[in-house]
This record gives sequence, C-alpha cells and structure tokens, in this order.
Amino acid sequence: MKTLVWVEHEGGALKDATLAAVTAASKLGEVHLLVAGAGVAGVAAEAAKIAGVGKVHVADDAAYDHALAENVAPLIVELMGHHDAFVAPATSNGKNIAPRVAALLDVMQLSDILSVESADTFTRPTYAGNAIATVKTSDAKLVITVRGTAFEKAAKDGGSGSIEAVSSTGDKGLSSFAGAEIAKLERPELTSAKVIVSGGRALKDGPTFEATIFPLADKLGAAVGASRAAVDAGYVPNDYQVGQTGKIVAPEVYVAVGISGAIQHLAGMKDSKTIIAINKDEDAPIFQVADIGLVGDLFKIVPELTEKL
Amino acid sequence: MKLLVPVKRVIDYNVKPRVKADGSGVDLSNVKMSMNPFDEIAVEEAIRLKEKGVATEIVAVSVGPAKAQETLRTALAMGADRAILIESDAEVEPLAVAKLLAKVAAEETPGMVILGKQAIDDDSNQTGQMLAALLGWSQGTFASKVEVSGDAVAVTREVDGGLETVNLKLPAIVTTDLRLNEPRYASLPNIMKAKSKPLAQKKPEDYGVDIAPRHTTLKVEEPPKRSAGIKVADVDELVAKMKALGVAA
Ligand SMILES: Cc1cc2nc3c(=O)[nH]c(=O)nc-3n(C[C@H](O)[C@H](O)[C@H](O)COP(=O)(O)OP(=O)(O)OC[C@H]3O[C@@H](n4cnc5c(N)ncnc54)[C@H](O)[C@@H]3O)c2cc1C
Ligand SMILES: Nc1ncnc2c1ncn2[C@@H]1O[C@H](COP(=O)(O)O)[C@@H](O)[C@H]1O
Repeated sequence: MKTLVWVEHEGGALKDATLAAVTAASKLGEVHLLVAGAGVAGVAAEAAKIAGVGKVHVADDAAYDHALAENVAPLIVELMGHHDAFVAPATSNGKNIAPRVAALLDVMQLSDILSVESADTFTRPTYAGNAIATVKTSDAKLVITVRGTAFEKAAKDGGSGSIEAVSSTGDKGLSSFAGAEIAKLERPELTSAKVIVSGGRALKDGPTFEATIFPLADKLGAAVGASRAAVDAGYVPNDYQVGQTGKIVAPEVYVAVGISGAIQHLAGMKDSKTIIAINKDEDAPIFQVADIGLVGDLFKIVPELTEKL
Repeated sequence: MKLLVPVKRVIDYNVKPRVKADGSGVDLSNVKMSMNPFDEIAVEEAIRLKEKGVATEIVAVSVGPAKAQETLRTALAMGADRAILIESDAEVEPLAVAKLLAKVAAEETPGMVILGKQAIDDDSNQTGQMLAALLGWSQGTFASKVEVSGDAVAVTREVDGGLETVNLKLPAIVTTDLRLNEPRYASLPNIMKAKSKPLAQKKPEDYGVDIAPRHTTLKVEEPPKRSAGIKVADVDELVAKMKALGVAA
C-alpha cells in the first residue's frame, strides 16, 4: 500500500506530530510525504531525512501557507490518485484538513487511531476514551488521523527520500488567513513534554495560577497544562487545555493540581505513565487514576513541594 | 440570512459510558441522553446572530431515531424557528450525515451552517469539514469567535498554539469550540412555545442519500484500567517518591 503523510510544519521547521503519523503509515506500507506551504524547501529537506521515507512531494505556493483546508485538500485529492491511504497527525491542522479530503474522496475517515491492526482494521477511542472501538473499513482508499501519543516517533534522520515538486492546485478563493495569536512558549510543548504540571479551577485566577503552578513546573522542567474550568475562567490560554476536546498527552509524569478528574479531563491524560494528584477532597475522582496522591490544601502543598524539590 | 444548525442526540456528558459485556458497544439503555454540548453552543451562536439582526431564521436539523425530536424541541425552546428530523434507527456515519445535510443545505440555502466541532459519542470531529467539502464552501472549524460582515465572516479558531483568525467567503461552515459562548437554558414559557413550532419529519430516502455504513465495528472494549495507587502523608514523602521516579534531582 502507498501512503501519503501530510507533514505539519511551522516557522520553517517540521513538527514532531508528523513523526508519529509516519510510524502509523509505515505499518500500512510505503511512506510518501507531502510538504505544502510557502518557501518550504528547508522543511522538505528535513522531511526527506526521516527514517523510512520514500518520496517527498513538495508543493511550494503561497496558497498553501497557513494550511488552509480549502486550498490544501484539493492538492491532496490530486495526489491520492496514486496513493492508497492519506495519513495526518490528529492536530488541529490535521483534524481540519483530513475530513475535507475524505469527503472529496467519498471515504469515511478513521479519526484519531490508536493502532493499526491490519490494512483495513484500526482501533480508535470513542466516548472520551471510555470505549475503544476496533473498526474495519470497506472504503477503497483510507483517510486516517493519528493520535500522537499512541505511536512511537519515527527517527528524524537516517532516511534519504527523493524530493519531487508537484504543481499547485491554486488558491480556491474561499478563505484567507487574517492573523494569529500564538503564545510564545517558554516551557516545553505539552504534547511532547516528559513532565506536565496542570492546574484546575482551584487555582482561583490568572496571577494565582502563575504564582503557584509555574515555579513548580520550572523546577521540574515541565510543561504547563490546565483543566477546561481553568481555561474557561481565563487563568491561562486555550492551548493549555488537556482533555477529550483539548490536548491529548501521555508524559512520564503528570501532576494534577486542584483538578477534580472529570471524565473529559481524564480522557486527555490517563495514558500518562505516572499520575500524581494534589487535591483537598480525598474523594475526588482524580485519585481513582492517580499513582501517587496527596490530600490537602494545594496552596500549602505546592509551595512547600517547589521549595523542597 | 438563514442559519442551519445540525444537532445530535448523544449520551449526556455527565454520564460515565459503560461498555457492554459482550463487546458490542456502549450500553445506552436507561441512560440520560441530551443534545451534544457543542451543538448547544452552535444553537446559542445562531440565536445570538439572530438577536444581532445578522440572521433571520434558524433551522435545526437532526439525523437520528424518533427520540431525536426531543433534541430538536430543545433547540426550538432555546430559540430556533423550525426543525427537521431525518429519521433513522440505524446509526448514521458522519459522511452520510454530511451528505444528508448537503441536501438540506441545497434546499434551504442558508448563509451559514453552524455545527459542533465534535460529537461526544463517536468523537469523530469530521462532519462539518465533510459538509464544507461536499458543498464546496469555506470552513471555520473550532471557532471561539464569529463575526459576520457583508458577504464574509471572520472566524477566530482555537488551534494547537493558541488562536488563529481566518476570513471566509459566505456561505460558510462553522464548527464550534467550547469557548464560543455559554448556551442559555430554555425558559418554561419557551419550552411550551416550542411545542407548537414546526418540526418536519423526513427519511434519508427522501433525499436519495445512501446511508449504508462504510465502517464495521468489530468490537468495543474498555480501555486498560488504571488502578488507584497510594496516598502519601506529606510533602516529604511526595518528594521522596518523585526523586525515586527520577523527575527531581
Ligand atoms: C463537551 C465537554 C467537553 C469538555 N472537555 C474538557 C476537556 O477537554 N478538558 C477538561 O479538563 N475538561 C473538559 N470538560 C469539563 C469537565 O467536565 C470539567 O468541568 C472540568 O474538567 C473541571 O475542571 P476542574 O477539575 O479544574 O474543576 P472542578 O471540577 O471544579 O475541580 C476543582 C478541584 O479542586 C479541588 N480544590 C479546590 N480547592 C482546593 C485547594 N485549596 N487545594 C487542593 N484542592 C482544591 C476540589 O476538591 C476539586 O476537586 C468538558 C466538558 C464538556 C461538557
Ligand atoms: N446525526 C447527526 N444529526 C445532526 N447533526 C449531527 C449528527 N452527527 C453529527 N452532527 C453534527 O456534526 C458535528 C460533529 O460530529 P462528529 O463529526 O460526529 O464528531 C456535531 O456536533 C453535530 O453538529
């Protein structure tokens, strides 16, 4: 089977989420990549070095800047004329583009797969990860998004893919990029961090969240996450949210501070290797999944912990 | 302009889903069912656009069993003007839902279709994007802000790194994220009024859409269970455990 993996990139660099998608695709067969964007020669060269990659299709055109689905999907559909499966990471861009491709190919998408069982059978999470479905597709071509935490990352070097330019399918004139507020990260990225410290509603407000959670995270070299309640209340921006409808993470250690453990939150972090929970309510559901729990007032515990570490 | 709002009847988000012992699916008998939370946000957004004078009429659509009427009545009670039920007892996959919605859109010619970004049962996150593809329309997914001006709409989207704004040509597809708005509760008088609002009953055949599934679910399992671990007595003990894990020097 020939697969086409959509390469996610930003600021001229390949994003790690691509590497898990490559691993999933390699279980299906030959891996080809698509790098689409404006001024992406550098990304293409980087992509060609990914272990196990065959061809790298490069579409260099302003129409593909910012990964607008209206423009990128027709390009992918054209390339799918000679590929059997389209694979994208289940990132916000991947989730935006892949279903548009699927419908244009008249295919049901396999969203957020956890494993490749065979060429037509996959597992995927449903009901906030409370039910893992094994799904067999009857579609002739496959469209798949891949959960990043479920697959090893392919090695970033060792490969020697050939680079091939593809012609642009142009700007469809339906949409345009108007701007972004992308937070500058001073800490590791949530989806690739080894350690995460997350705060919940209990953190009261933005300044209290920062003053309590950030020093502990910095001590641990950790990324910072949050529950929906903390994000909704404006303590931290939306990209901190961990959960069913936020980011899916699986670090070595996840520290949940003042988070109750609603199923929607657990959906995003219960595959973490070790879970540590700090909560004043000893019956909080988070303790049902925590490996190590400490019952008490976080405003006493967290500063003391930060100090003693 | 007219707005179309697809709403799905799903397990209530407060209920913990239980996998059936025979692995055939999730047990939905005697379980509280509600409108998909993201679709409530979609209905709310539509109502606000009508209140602002941007929209003139709101049509709610649901594909599902006869009981999905209740979900549509909820949308009507919140403020939708009329509803369409496309009745099917069989489960209808996102691709087929999108095809049905494309037919409804062709009949109704809305200026926007506002959907939820994701149904909390199948967690597919694909119907809106598919509908946009089938209609050849623009798409603003995971919206946290929607601003219509003239024949365009600016949609601010929740993306992995933060927020992004795109300008879309109308007609457009919008899918809602959690922070777009806070849905209102329907008042008792409005619930009463909703009972007499029009609700059309259709079947997939009426639209000539083949809803045969492409996917077969071979089995459904519970995820590997995590068992509760230990509780430590104080911070010193926690520090020792964290050092043992190698997360602290
Ligand atoms: C469609 C939908 C999608 C959702 N998606 C997500 C998602 O992706 N991610 C997500 O997180 N949620 C999500 N939610 C929300 C989820 O249901 C919960 O409401 C949310 O996770 C609760 O956040 P919390 O644990 O911070 O707040 P609460 O549930 O209010 O918990 C606060 C906790 O802090 C503890 N506490 C209070 N004070 C102290 C103190 N001084 N010291 C120690 N502990 C203290 C309390 O005991 C309590 O356990 C979603 C909901 C819906 C409907
Ligand atoms: N059966 C359905 N009836 C009406 N709307 C639906 C249905 N299924 C999905 N949708 C819409 O599509 C959105 C995304 O669903 P999904 O792609 O299944 O995650 C939902 O939030 C609804 O707005």
